[in-house]
Amino acid sequence: MSTSSQALSDEDVAKVALLARLALSEAEIARMTGELSKIVGFVSMLGEVDTSSVAPLAHPLDTQNIFRDDLPTPSLTTAEALQAAPRHDGECFLVPAVLGESGAA
Amino acid sequence: MQLLELSAIDMVAALRQGDITAVQCATAFLDRIEATNGSINAFLAVDRAGALERAADIDARRRAGKPVGALAGLPVALKDVLCTADMPTTCASRMLAGFRPPYDADVVARLRAADAVFVGKTNMDEFAMGGSNENSAFGPVRNPWDLARAPGGSSGGSAACVAADMAPVAIGSDTGGSIRQPAGLCGITGLKPTYGRVSRRGLIAFASSLDQIGPMARGAADCALIMETIAGHDPGDATSLDVAVPRYTDLLDKPLAGVRIGRVPEHYAEGLDPEVAKGVEEAFAVLKAAGATIHEVRLPHAKYGIPTYYLIAPCEASSNLARYDGAHYGHRSSVGHRGSGKAGSAFESPLVEMYCRSRAEGFGPEVKRRVMLGTYALSAGYYDAYYAKALRVRRLIRQDYLDAFQSVDLIGGPVSATPAFKLGEKTDDPLAMYLVDLYTVGTNLAGVGGISFPCGFTKSGLPIGFQLQAPALGEPLLLQAADRFQRLTDWHRRRPRPTEARS
Repeated sequence: MSTSSQALSDEDVAKVALLARLALSEAEIARMTGELSKIVGFVSMLGEVDTSSVAPLAHPLDTQNIFRDDLPTPSLTTAEALQAAPRHDGECFLVPAVLGESGAA
Repeated sequence: MQLLELSAIDMVAALRQGDITAVQCATAFLDRIEATNGSINAFLAVDRAGALERAADIDARRRAGKPVGALAGLPVALKDVLCTADMPTTCASRMLAGFRPPYDADVVARLRAADAVFVGKTNMDEFAMGGSNENSAFGPVRNPWDLARAPGGSSGGSAACVAADMAPVAIGSDTGGSIRQPAGLCGITGLKPTYGRVSRRGLIAFASSLDQIGPMARGAADCALIMETIAGHDPGDATSLDVAVPRYTDLLDKPLAGVRIGRVPEHYAEGLDPEVAKGVEEAFAVLKAAGATIHEVRLPHAKYGIPTYYLIAPCEASSNLARYDGAHYGHRSSVGHRGSGKAGSAFESPLVEMYCRSRAEGFGPEVKRRVMLGTYALSAGYYDAYYAKALRVRRLIRQDYLDAFQSVDLIGGPVSATPAFKLGEKTDDPLAMYLVDLYTVGTNLAGVGGISFPCGFTKSGLPIGFQLQAPALGEPLLLQAADRFQRLTDWHRRRPRPTEARS
């Protein structure tokens, strides 16, 4: 774990912003670089804890996967599922082109 | 006694006996909200028409001798993180401005079936991320005890509305302290139940391994009453516990003789305000006088709670909030999406550009910060060093609690290091704001329950909060101990001076 005060560069932050699907301005990236570096520096204190023989704990309870019978149950209608969609055609959600440069949806 | 000051238990009884009607009750609180919300900003939506219609229906059924629910006519405020089919649900985010969910959260459905009357949706930190309510996209909530101060967060609206008599009961959610810390800073009682005790279906997800819903009210007895309605198994939430729900209100009136309460030296590290420390010590003395015994217990990994939490919660948030894509519901950027056509670059396609712009426009700064932090900590090359490391330390933190509960029944201590801080005091320093969760995140990481209630006031008149934590499913003892404390003290009955006159 890095503990330097500037753990991230602007390039790192721009890359993470694309992964996170966030369009950040250059000013936002610069500010975020400073803030995230400070936070990452702080959380890096976990490095001092010896966890070599400790398994990760993803969930606080001892419950295992819970399965239900594979039976149809009531669910949202198409109209209900689409009611809050920014754009739809009554059957499907409409989005811009997945590939290429055009697509005005 | 004034209707507005009745406890929820007394109000339900008065409604049952016909001393007051549900319409009178709803009207009194709606009028109070109308007079006060301008200065407090606790509510994002108020449903006067819906509440009065529902109250009239309950009164009519009662007059006709038809069955009514266990909470018939009780006004309840809902944190705006809970889905309601008949009211907007925004999570205090521009991303969900005007959003109307197609279904009720399980908790909302249970309260509806019990004939509670929803007065409105309460303000909060955006997507429940924050400890001051200043991250709301719709303006901060003001603390009824001092309008220049924060109510805490993220359930700040729920805490403030109860403190200011705008509702006798509010529902909150607690991921790292979001019920207990604002309850402490606003001088009310808030219960964070054991993880899985209350269904999270229809709770807009922040960090799924930590989120839990709970009641906020003036006293522990009222929290017990609400728990009887909202707790219980829900097949629609795979993390919901299939364990019978006790009659919490029947288990309250018991002495504390023989109850062992732990006092944790780690709680008294630097940063604890002297007036808070004094209030907490006095609370221990009250519990001791009530028959409990006080023992020192250690939580050796307590200082790693904040860094562990601020890795796990943002990682889970970055995944949960990926659903806000501008396609299915929520905000969509109106900017034309052309795409650059260049793989790996920003806006490699029109669709990716739409995602990126919609999310940048819809999320506020703190939500962006946490999504970025989580995305970074989960990304290739960092996952083991950050996320997996935090999960390992989480196991050690949970083990500390399991060990401590071998020798004590409850753990007591402060809920916050300081009383309510000034609005704007911490907004320039995200890390300083994260530290306000110091005493509360351990409960969530361990998955156990905690309750916070007032144990005194500072010289300047701000409430001081006390916290008790219990092993998993220890809600009966948490409520019993807090209720016993409240039979011996009157801190929870104190009211801020009239807020209309102070704005």
